[in-house]
Amino acid sequence: MLAIFRDLIRYNIEFAIGVILVGVVVIFALLSLVSPVDTSLIYVTMPDQPPSAQYWFGTNSRGQDLFWQLSAAFRNSIMFGITVAVLSRIISITVGLASGYVGGWVDRVLMFINDIFVAVPIFPVLVLFYFVLRNNMDSFTLALIMACFGWPYDARLIRSVALGLKHREFTRHAIFAGMSTRKVLLEEHLPYVMPIVFSTFMANMLWSIGLEVTLAVLGFTNINNPTVGTVLYWANNHSAMVVGVWWWIVIPVILIVMTFLGLFLLAVSMNEYIDPRSRLRRMGA
Amino acid sequence: MHGYLWFVGKRALQLLAVVFFGVSATFFVTHLSPISPVDSALMRMTSRANFAPEAIVAMREALTELYGANEPLLSQYINFWLRLFRGDLGPSMLAFPTPAMDLVMRAMPWTVALLALATLITFTIGNILGGLAGYYQNSKFLKAFGIVAVGIQPIPYYVVAFVMLIIFGFLWPVLPISGGFAMNVTQGWNWPFIGSVLHHATLPALSLVLVGFGGWFLSMRALVSNVVTEDYVTYAELAGVKRSTIVSGYVMRNALVPQLTALAMTLGGVFSGTVITEQVFNYPGLGSLLIDAVNAGDYSLVLAVSTVSVTAVAIAIFIVDLLYPLLDPRVRAE
Repeated sequence: MLAIFRDLIRYNIEFAIGVILVGVVVIFALLSLVSPVDTSLIYVTMPDQPPSAQYWFGTNSRGQDLFWQLSAAFRNSIMFGITVAVLSRIISITVGLASGYVGGWVDRVLMFINDIFVAVPIFPVLVLFYFVLRNNMDSFTLALIMACFGWPYDARLIRSVALGLKHREFTRHAIFAGMSTRKVLLEEHLPYVMPIVFSTFMANMLWSIGLEVTLAVLGFTNINNPTVGTVLYWANNHSAMVVGVWWWIVIPVILIVMTFLGLFLLAVSMNEYIDPRSRLRRMGA
Repeated sequence: MHGYLWFVGKRALQLLAVVFFGVSATFFVTHLSPISPVDSALMRMTSRANFAPEAIVAMREALTELYGANEPLLSQYINFWLRLFRGDLGPSMLAFPTPAMDLVMRAMPWTVALLALATLITFTIGNILGGLAGYYQNSKFLKAFGIVAVGIQPIPYYVVAFVMLIIFGFLWPVLPISGGFAMNVTQGWNWPFIGSVLHHATLPALSLVLVGFGGWFLSMRALVSNVVTEDYVTYAELAGVKRSTIVSGYVMRNALVPQLTALAMTLGGVFSGTVITEQVFNYPGLGSLLIDAVNAGDYSLVLAVSTVSVTAVAIAIFIVDLLYPLLDPRVRAE
């Protein structure tokens, strides 16, 4: 795993940029662990101060120091993304591998269900849940609902990889050589599946954080919990752009673009790495 | 022919399953909710005027009757399906007593037209440019597109729409940033109205195209750069087949098969995106209607919009799937 990582950093400029961008955002988010202010309080500082030496990112119209506010917001959003990604990975890996390796009617049934989940537009569903739960919608419930809809695409991908591996020469050799199925899966196939899992993990984080932003901007989440989306919601609510508090919109947007670009580059470069042909092209072979 | 029919049959079954599960889920989620449609309707009505207590009781009875909220859940569920087949989902509260379905049907053409147009443009441009970029890997011009695509692709919908609103609304006001048509034209099939509709749709459509383009471009480029290394392409090049024929007939066509599957799979996501687009640009479609309905606690309207959008997306996916055999010879009839 470490060797792969070293290769990627060395030969793949996209991956290196992605690591740097995500690293910066993660460090910024982790600062919230030592935050001197309580981010749930409002009107604790002078409102509407532009960025300065005292307030690095300025303060918003609700009298909050934006630096610490955004730090907490990004920590919550990243945690949210990781939660959704982990939960949906569990489902998609299970379904994908079962479909690919077991095959037959198990495969057919699973893929039929898979196609049903693909076809349901998730946004109206999430809005519906908000409509029903209103203020009982905490971020874990939201993560759970998103995870239930975030697995089908990746399950299909993992299934196709499993199908490919199952019929490869070296699998047959391993089985003839007397390796147990469990051993073949863990030692021979896992290294092939790992990059896919990693890349879909990043892509899924992107998707879920983006969806949370979308919901929060409309005010369809718990707006008192600082996340990337709710920061934007409050900025809109106070018409930040119109009254000239531009840093309240511009700074979060820059950070969001950094986060998304970083995650996206990680996912894409990993995908490219999986495909040996493009890897050879890169290394100048 | 047999193979194709079997394929269509399986897909049709899937379509029915999606609609059935989706609509049922919608029904149960809303009916198990702590919000009572009768109470929320009453609250809205009594907030506007003073009613006599007897009138409120009478109204409560009438509304309970109307929603069938006094029956057990199962018979409500069956009735819901029966009414759905008649296209009746009860009156909307936002615009009482207009049937919720009427509001949905009024909003639907806007969304469908906007999405169909934007998706078609995005898919076509993204795949053609992506395909060319995959084949002619040394072209500077196409490489520039790749960098732009990578840059815009990961930015959330909302941010792109918002930035465009600022650019075209405040910095360089050339396009209308709100509404579906100008107020001073009569609605109907006349040129001023159609022109106004197109003019107003430009910005929302443009934002959707911008966000969607990158994904198609990048995936097509990756697919094509893999197809290019296949033996039959090398053979065609050696045999002196025209470059343009190789690109369109051999390379693009084979790479399009997985892209079509991807199109079917992303349609649900496209609909989610349009809700934001409509909200930002104040466009009179299903997305705006859904948001208004949720904010007003309009029970039957939320149900109607969800039901219709699930069904519409499922049908769109079904139609895209039917195109599949045209490209993939393995599924085509012998």
